[in-house]
Amino acid sequence: MTTQDRKTGPRRLLTGVAAAALSLVFVSAPASSETLRVVMQSGLRITDPIMTTAFITRDHGYMIYDTLLGVDSDFNIQPQMADWEVSDDDKTYTFTLRDDLKWHDGAAVTAEDAVASINRWAEIDSTAKPLMDMVDTIEIVDDKTFTVALKTPTTLLLAGLSKMSSRAPFIMPKRVAETPASQPIDEFTGSGPFVFVEDEFRPGVKVVYEKFEDYVPRDEPASWTAGGKDVKVDRVEWLTMPDQMTAVSALQSGEVDFIQQVPFDLLPLVENAPEITVDILDPLGAWTYFRMNWLHPPFDNKLVRQAAIAAVDQTAVMQALVGNPDYYQTCAAIMGCGNVNGDEYGRDWVVNAQLDKAKALLAEAGYDDTPVVIMAPTDLAMVVPQPIVIGDALRKAGFNVQMKMMDWQTLAAQQSNQDAPSQGGWNIFSTYSILATSGDPFGNTPLATDGRESWAGWPDVPEISALRIAYAKASSVDEQKQIAKKIQKIAVDEGVVGPLGQFRIPAAWNTQWSGFLESPITVFWNISKDG
Amino acid sequence: MLSYVLKRVLSSVPVMIVVAVVIFALLRLTPGDPAAVLAGNDATAEQLAKIRESLELDEPILVQLLTWFRNLLAGDLGESLLSGIPVVRMIGERVGPTLALAAGTISVTILVAIPMGIVAARRPGGVLDRMVMALSVLGFSVPIFVTGYVLIYLFALKLGWLPVQGYRPPGDGLWSFAQRLILPVLALSGVYVALVARITRSSIIEVLGEDYIRTARAKGAPERRILLRHALRNAAVPIVTIIGIGIASLITGVVVTESVFNLPGLGRLVVEAVLARDYPVIQGLILLFSFTYILINLVVDILYTVFDPRIRY
Repeated sequence: MTTQDRKTGPRRLLTGVAAAALSLVFVSAPASSETLRVVMQSGLRITDPIMTTAFITRDHGYMIYDTLLGVDSDFNIQPQMADWEVSDDDKTYTFTLRDDLKWHDGAAVTAEDAVASINRWAEIDSTAKPLMDMVDTIEIVDDKTFTVALKTPTTLLLAGLSKMSSRAPFIMPKRVAETPASQPIDEFTGSGPFVFVEDEFRPGVKVVYEKFEDYVPRDEPASWTAGGKDVKVDRVEWLTMPDQMTAVSALQSGEVDFIQQVPFDLLPLVENAPEITVDILDPLGAWTYFRMNWLHPPFDNKLVRQAAIAAVDQTAVMQALVGNPDYYQTCAAIMGCGNVNGDEYGRDWVVNAQLDKAKALLAEAGYDDTPVVIMAPTDLAMVVPQPIVIGDALRKAGFNVQMKMMDWQTLAAQQSNQDAPSQGGWNIFSTYSILATSGDPFGNTPLATDGRESWAGWPDVPEISALRIAYAKASSVDEQKQIAKKIQKIAVDEGVVGPLGQFRIPAAWNTQWSGFLESPITVFWNISKDG
Repeated sequence: MLSYVLKRVLSSVPVMIVVAVVIFALLRLTPGDPAAVLAGNDATAEQLAKIRESLELDEPILVQLLTWFRNLLAGDLGESLLSGIPVVRMIGERVGPTLALAAGTISVTILVAIPMGIVAARRPGGVLDRMVMALSVLGFSVPIFVTGYVLIYLFALKLGWLPVQGYRPPGDGLWSFAQRLILPVLALSGVYVALVARITRSSIIEVLGEDYIRTARAKGAPERRILLRHALRNAAVPIVTIIGIGIASLITGVVVTESVFNLPGLGRLVVEAVLARDYPVIQGLILLFSFTYILINLVVDILYTVFDPRIRY
């Protein structure tokens, strides 16, 4: 033990005692009249938006950091911190930071910071990895300019740097961005429109942001992650409420101003209240799906995978998960209905249950009653119903189903287990992703099909891998759409993933507030109190 | 007495060590991986391995245990694997609401339940006794979250007298502090009032059958004096025991109440830490809870000597 260690212990003990005294006796920071109090969908605990894909951490990232590029509501990539020029051969991009960009500590944002941040993001992000294979060099030209030289032209560079959802390439100071991506950062200086108030951060309880007075918004109107991030409040408080009923009551009593996600079963409490507005802010929403394990029987057989997809009825899943048809839709497109690449090949048997087809496929495959182990979480509302409906459907089709109940974190840890189901592994699990990130073959995690190197399920389809590279090198949106269409067909026929439908979760807010922006990411600029 | 207290405190050390080792082992044997929580849903096996390495979770369990013990001896419970915040600070920040809720609930319990028990014991089978017993059954039977929602609907949403949720430290103003505690204390008190009232009633009924009570009555002592001085004091041992257990369970976890009223207390912290497999936080909390139980048992044992001078250590 070092001297430093010996000092740290007692010091921490004293800090704890002081914190206890503070929590019992002393004053909490006052909420000013221009404080927006919101209830987010979960509590912020992890504060590094590059290390984790958790949506709450991504949203935290958009509060305190900025991105080089943004995406508007027409899916166009727009300049945010930087504008760019591209060489005639489409192989060299020159990025120039706009004027007046400052860190929260007052220092200027430089090209060095941007390049270090890109490098850290590239260490870990699923889109960045194939991108970096096509990058020759990244060079700093001066304080405000850097260039990216590509080995081959690709649209993936701009798509990656404007990626909206986890992991968005947030720009951090160089000294912070030099932290390996496998280690969490411990300094939270950003250049975004809000400053993180570290002293008031209570993990899982409360996060406080204050307006960054030196932030200069762009002149264009705000649109998704692009345009001017014009902050009109002094302070935003994110409050975590483990009980959603309490959150709704707090909105009704005026103790909070905004709820990011109102559970479907509590909507009747707020839908007709005159002082509350209920609306969909995320126009794309989320899609849910199930994944089969390609490494072990019976889903190492393509026909059995097809049988499972044919057996499950999307409407039954959506009814169990959402209930109200106003908030869900059936969809066969793996890259999402509503997204540019959303193609619905296979709708006739992906959406509606076709038990006869499923039984015929099982017979043709020679299914030998091998048990199908379905991992079923019991604690996370958004993923509880799917395995139950899937299990019931598979039983009706003739599968021998074994449900394995567990909490979500156990499932999250188990899903990377490549052992056989009889030795602790699994055959099926279900989850959901937001459509904002699922609209292309790189952001769409289930479409990585490089066998054991891929995400859980480990599908091995070299044709899709080749098409993903072709997609990255495509020169036009039309060409990309054609490639995406081919990927959809192969992915459905091979049983890479079983789509279960799409849904949108409404937000609710007090009518005293206005300016909430429609965006796949919940953003807190442009909002003001009317009176 | 002092040597007894010292002996009890010293004897708690091996208990704490055993608790620490058992909890450490249990957590490592439980399925789940903090690295998976940190990395998020789509992490590859390679990324998870790197994160485990950076958190030193890839070290042999014995090495991890020794490191934790070494830091523990220096007063360092480590840092949360998720937020990087020292565990001692996290616990310190969450103690206030829990202590306030526990103190409020126990105060209401003592003020309401003991008189209820005495009144009921005075005429067993009488109207008041039956009413107290009926209220006790109600207190036991209605789940706290139902009581909580009803109280919120009535006093916060309909009448607008009290806030729905939250916690404010007393430094923000005593009324601001108290008004956020009234509903959770009322919701939580139901069970404890029911329990303590029943124990008080049955203890006093038992004591009222003793010879010395008959003697006091024969000497012409007033009924009030008999009940309060002779019966209650002699019936105090089981009541104090139940109140002690109540305090301990209030401090170590009232998750439902804390969730329904959004109180950022220790109960919620335990659940959050367990669900996220945040090992250092869980270990720190279990140690604290073990210590709380040991301390409360000690205080209860000492209180026995106050109420019953025949008890000597």
